[in-house]
Amino acid sequence: MSEEIKLLKGNEAIAHAAIRSGADGYFGYPITPQSEILETLMAEMPWETTGMVVLQAESEVAAINMVYGGAATGKRVMTSSSSPGISLKLEGISYLAGADLPCLIVNIMRGGPGLGTIQPSQADYFQTVKGGGHGDYRLITLAPSSVQEMADFVTLGFDLAFKYANPVMILADGIVGQMMEKVTLPPFQKRRTEEELRKENPWAAQGKPADRKPNVITSLELDPAVMEENNNRFQAKYKKIEENEVRYEEFMCDDAEYLLVAFGSSARICQKVVELAREEGIKLGLLRPITLWPFPTQAIAAYANKVKGMLSVELNAGQMVEDIRLAVNGKIKVEHYGRLGGIIFTPDEILDALKEKIINA
Amino acid sequence: MELNEIIKPENLVHTKPRLMNNNSMHYCPGCSHGVIHKLIAEVIDEMGLAEKTIGVSPVGCAVFAYNYLDIDWIEAAHGRAPAVATAAKRLNPDKMVFTYQGDGDLAAIGTAETIHAANRGENIVIVFVNNAIYGMTGGQMAPTTLEGMPTSTTPYGRNIELNGHPLKITNLLAQLEGTCLVTRQSVHTAAAVKKAKKMLRKAFENAMNKKGTSIVEFVSTCSSGWKTTPAKANDWMVENMFPFYPLGDLKNIEEA
Repeated sequence: MSEEIKLLKGNEAIAHAAIRSGADGYFGYPITPQSEILETLMAEMPWETTGMVVLQAESEVAAINMVYGGAATGKRVMTSSSSPGISLKLEGISYLAGADLPCLIVNIMRGGPGLGTIQPSQADYFQTVKGGGHGDYRLITLAPSSVQEMADFVTLGFDLAFKYANPVMILADGIVGQMMEKVTLPPFQKRRTEEELRKENPWAAQGKPADRKPNVITSLELDPAVMEENNNRFQAKYKKIEENEVRYEEFMCDDAEYLLVAFGSSARICQKVVELAREEGIKLGLLRPITLWPFPTQAIAAYANKVKGMLSVELNAGQMVEDIRLAVNGKIKVEHYGRLGGIIFTPDEILDALKEKIINA
Repeated sequence: MELNEIIKPENLVHTKPRLMNNNSMHYCPGCSHGVIHKLIAEVIDEMGLAEKTIGVSPVGCAVFAYNYLDIDWIEAAHGRAPAVATAAKRLNPDKMVFTYQGDGDLAAIGTAETIHAANRGENIVIVFVNNAIYGMTGGQMAPTTLEGMPTSTTPYGRNIELNGHPLKITNLLAQLEGTCLVTRQSVHTAAAVKKAKKMLRKAFENAMNKKGTSIVEFVSTCSSGWKTTPAKANDWMVENMFPFYPLGDLKNIEEA
């Protein structure tokens, strides 16, 4: 079957893209605002068409450990949740990273801390790109800003996860999860046979043939010398990812004197801010990080030599702004503008903030 | 009689199973884990499942089970083995998937995963080693620690008012629709070992025949944690553990 154009919610697009991308399994638990992913998968019944397993787990903790078990057998497996549920999954995410396991995790962010609100937020940036779980690990983090990207990043996420044997997170917010847009769904990709899986993932715990050593999936190592080697191996992998997988998008940056930096739904709103500013004669551009880790540090550092100031626009109290400041390294003024608690900023208030904090400061 | 005359196949009572390797075990002298490992290795080999089996090891004394049995293994986070096994089995339905868990792993931190995997009737085997204590971390109270039993966190004995009651999790699991075999065994005598192996094999057959979840509890000793000798630990188990955790089948749908 070929590509198909549909009008879908972001969450629904993820579910349809998962089935089409040849996913072997999804393990989830209901939480607003992402429950449509599990609901859509259950309604589509992919176990009767592609053979994909879909299971509602008893908790987010169980769901991420099901992902661990499925990934350990070399399967393309995923889970999804929203902020409080992701907090529960962090233990499992650390184990997945510590065992070099590929998988896809979706976070449709809502406001916190605690039970917080069911309204959209981008306050899990630190949790996702700085760790969250214990130990020195990294998650490849994709930040979609459209329903189309919600669908596209499922296939991209699985491909990156298996390329680097590492968990990948799609970090979206409640706006992108709930809004409806026209989306081109990817063509159907067949699930791998056991023979293909064993060939592509010789490390997988699939049952030991007589002619190889046992495959043991574990993050445990009590010999500190070996554990340091393991960590060095992780760090070498992360360096390779940083060198090869940075993704970002530029909007009207060529002649920009000021730069907005925003990801996800904030970046959609910031496109309008750029248009409004340019109507007033302010040469404003927008840089949208698509990968939050690896972060587009070099691209932002280069703009520090071209523009007069940057405003980081985030639905949080100022998280990504720290990485922008590290990239800029004090060369120009970098400020943050955000709204909290599920309130979404308007283009006008962002433009006012730009003037107050950067242009007229 | 010369040694080579004694070592004849017809004189052999015990042999090391083919699937057990030569790694030195970290288990303490007298520990039940070694015998239980041996039974699992024998059952897998005798059923011809060596190339199809995926073991899920716990956090606790058996965390390194993967060092001793030459099959594929997944080492799970503490208590999560039934969730890990759920996905491994559902995504690979023709494989043999079993978990190997202690009392802290299965009946404390992993209670939710254990009950829900069993209630869904996952076609897996849960091997449950109940020695009423946390061995790996140095002898703390377990959910199955008996009333009055001293541990490092109940130095004056388990006090029901302070610590609650010992948990008969296996009785609870027997109530669930998803379980097909729930049995309590022991490996303290040759006869008990023989019987336990029979039930373990039945459990593995159930999983391959998609009958639901089988739980094989082994009431076990921990001479180090109990601060006694292996022989005295066996006696203590018979006198104190068996009355509270009586051996036998709690549920066997084939005999119902």
